[in-house]
Amino acid sequence: MAKKVVVNRYRCAYCGACVAVCKFNANELVETFLVIDEEKCNGCGICVKVCPMNALEVVS
Amino acid sequence: MRYDVVVIGAGPGGSVAAKTCAEKGLSVLLVEKRQEIGAPVRCAEGIGKKDLERFVEPKKKFIAAEVVGAKIYAPDGTEITLTEEMAGNEVGYVLERKVFDRYLAKLAANAGADVMVKTSAVGMEKKDGGVKVKLRRMGEEFEVECSIVIGADGVESRVGKWAGIDTTLKLDEIESCVQYLMTGIDFDPEYCHFWFGNKIAPGGYVWLFPKGNSSANVGVGVMPSLAKKPPKDFLDEFVERNYGKGRIVEVVAGAVPVKGEIETAVADNVMLVGDAARHADPITGGGIANAMKAGYYAGVTAAEAIEKGDCSAKTLRKYDERWKNDFGKDLAKKRKIQQKLVKMDDETLNKIMHTLAECRLEEISVRAILKALIKKHPKLLWDLKDFII
Repeated sequence: MAKKVVVNRYRCAYCGACVAVCKFNANELVETFLVIDEEKCNGCGICVKVCPMNALEVVS
Repeated sequence: MRYDVVVIGAGPGGSVAAKTCAEKGLSVLLVEKRQEIGAPVRCAEGIGKKDLERFVEPKKKFIAAEVVGAKIYAPDGTEITLTEEMAGNEVGYVLERKVFDRYLAKLAANAGADVMVKTSAVGMEKKDGGVKVKLRRMGEEFEVECSIVIGADGVESRVGKWAGIDTTLKLDEIESCVQYLMTGIDFDPEYCHFWFGNKIAPGGYVWLFPKGNSSANVGVGVMPSLAKKPPKDFLDEFVERNYGKGRIVEVVAGAVPVKGEIETAVADNVMLVGDAARHADPITGGGIANAMKAGYYAGVTAAEAIEKGDCSAKTLRKYDERWKNDFGKDLAKKRKIQQKLVKMDDETLNKIMHTLAECRLEEISVRAILKALIKKHPKLLWDLKDFII
């Protein structure tokens, strides 16, 4: 199964840290909410490591 | 619609850029994706007094507190006190960013800039020697043409990538931060406080910045390449241990680029300022001062380029020259020192702090202190000597 990153919206504090480290431009801070483009995300999980709120998770 | 300049992002960098452009007689549009300028806050809100006063007259309404210096705590609790001048560009005033950012945007507007909020830049492309910026405002997409785009779109910047400047940060080029605005806690309100140690903040530090009336920003920044858990866990532990009786009235999350000086913040028709250009200080994490300086230089350079009728990267390099001459070299130097600092274990940090604590800091310069440090711990700091002597 392909890996992807999902966001827990109740934890996310819309800071943009995950956007800054994503070289695939999969994460985007749209106004004040995070959107992850499933087409672009390959589940590398670098954004999970940078998230201050522990709001991101890699799932299969 | 056509403007000379479109500024994307209405933080301190973007607003100063827009204001400068407008004052130079350019037509300028300042675009902010959030519906409220200045909120949600992503900042510890500290800035040096001179740095602020270079661009705005300090006003009570956006200054939450004033401090006289910084207190720094070693892992073993050893305390040193630094004056404001020595503490770097983050200590002096503690701002109320929600008010400050709006104030700056209003200054830009009063100077003649158009402002659009709840408006995101969603793309851009070159057109007839200029740029076509795609904007989305309350669900409706439209285009604006301009000669120059100033990307002040923060740590999550898209503008640089669109223009071919790779601004992606690695896990050792970013600090991941969480902060609580706490009330009902005891601290010395005359100082900003910084705690170091691998157990409490690997690759970063814990801070407490006073905000008046027994309130303070209490936060932590960690380097994700070194931290084994998210900063929120580190902060909760610190707060529980030290300020368990306080109340949390606001949660702030953020990320600070600590990459140091980037090669260029310029492409054809594009300039990046502030966090978008990774202008934050790699050691203190302070970003407001450099963002405002960069915004000013970008505005001045935009006016010259438009006057000349040439907005190519070659002409805009003058902007690189300006910010690099002002603070670029400092960013590069601080990055080298930071890379050394984050590798130090607690025992080493303690040793350095003991040496510092023995110096009478008010009487001697930072350089003298560093010389004393190198003399006492030659092995430790030898490879840094070129940067600090």
